[in-house]
Amino acid sequence: MNLEKVILAVLTTNPKKVPSGMNVFICDNEEEMERMGTNLEAILDGIAHSISDEIMIIVKH
Amino acid sequence: MSEYVYPVLFGLITGILSRLLMLRTDYRQYPTYLHGKIIHIALGVIASSLGAIAVPALIEQEYTAITFLTLAASQFREVRNMERNTLSQLDQYELVPRGNTYIEGIAIAFESRNYLVILTSMVTTIFYIFFGFWGGVVSALGMIFISRILMDGGKIKDIVDIEYVEPKFIGEGLYVDNIYIMNVGLPERQKELLKYGMGFILKPKNFNARTTIANLGQRQAILHDVSTALGVYRDSGTPALVPLAKRDLDDGKVGIFILPQEKDIGKAIEIIGNTPTLENAIRMPTKRKKQEGGEAE
Repeated sequence: MNLEKVILAVLTTNPKKVPSGMNVFICDNEEEMERMGTNLEAILDGIAHSISDEIMIIVKH
Repeated sequence: MSEYVYPVLFGLITGILSRLLMLRTDYRQYPTYLHGKIIHIALGVIASSLGAIAVPALIEQEYTAITFLTLAASQFREVRNMERNTLSQLDQYELVPRGNTYIEGIAIAFESRNYLVILTSMVTTIFYIFFGFWGGVVSALGMIFISRILMDGGKIKDIVDIEYVEPKFIGEGLYVDNIYIMNVGLPERQKELLKYGMGFILKPKNFNARTTIANLGQRQAILHDVSTALGVYRDSGTPALVPLAKRDLDDGKVGIFILPQEKDIGKAIEIIGNTPTLENAIRMPTKRKKQEGGEAE
């Protein structure tokens, strides 16, 4: 099967809300989440999408 | 010297000339690679000589000469394959790809242009033989004119109205007018997109146009043309900076979001308008109604 879109990493400030079995980065605050998001976006060649105030995902398109 | 030498030479030269003229009109679709050009001029010479020589052969009742033309047809189908392969290979390394629909359109154009060359040289040779030199000249001018008309496809500006709209963010969603483009999570990226981005709304003028610009290949072609002409603020490793075109499902208008290096609204509208409507994207749902005898439009 060929997946077109894949979640590469999940960033969150609320560890209770993210699913297990993924690459989760737990951040202390939103500022840290943004900084890590910028880095991961460049490293993973994916786009950082925000799906709620507490969760950000890096998606490969 | 045979009586056919001058007519054949004349037909040959006219054919080559028409190929050169048609090669010039498509420079925007196909960058001016020197070697790419040589290939097409060489094939144009072959096409032109086939067309010119077929005429005296037929007049001399050498009817088997017609089989040459079938050979030519298979030869030029090869041209289409060649163009398709080359452009698809190159497409992988474009910052904003052309898309398969556009590539197929270009490949078809190259094949059909060779047939037009055969037709041109054939007709001019016939006219030269039966009506003399000036007959040849008149038919040559006529054929080149006809070729130009046949090769000029439609333009996007014929089927849509183009309007500039400032892109905006509502929450994390990027919008052009009321059309949702994409979700961007990082505030830093959002600022970049607003700083460099431009939004355009394409309003279809009729129902046929609505289906044509809905075609994904057609939309990609517009993005490619704009990004080629105005530059694009994008690099590998910055996938968030991507020009996109999305559709409003309610009324069929299309929102275009681009990231040009040169932010010039007038120029951008002109370039979007001059994008060819791709043959493979054109749909005419209203024609169907007419043929069935129902209400047209």
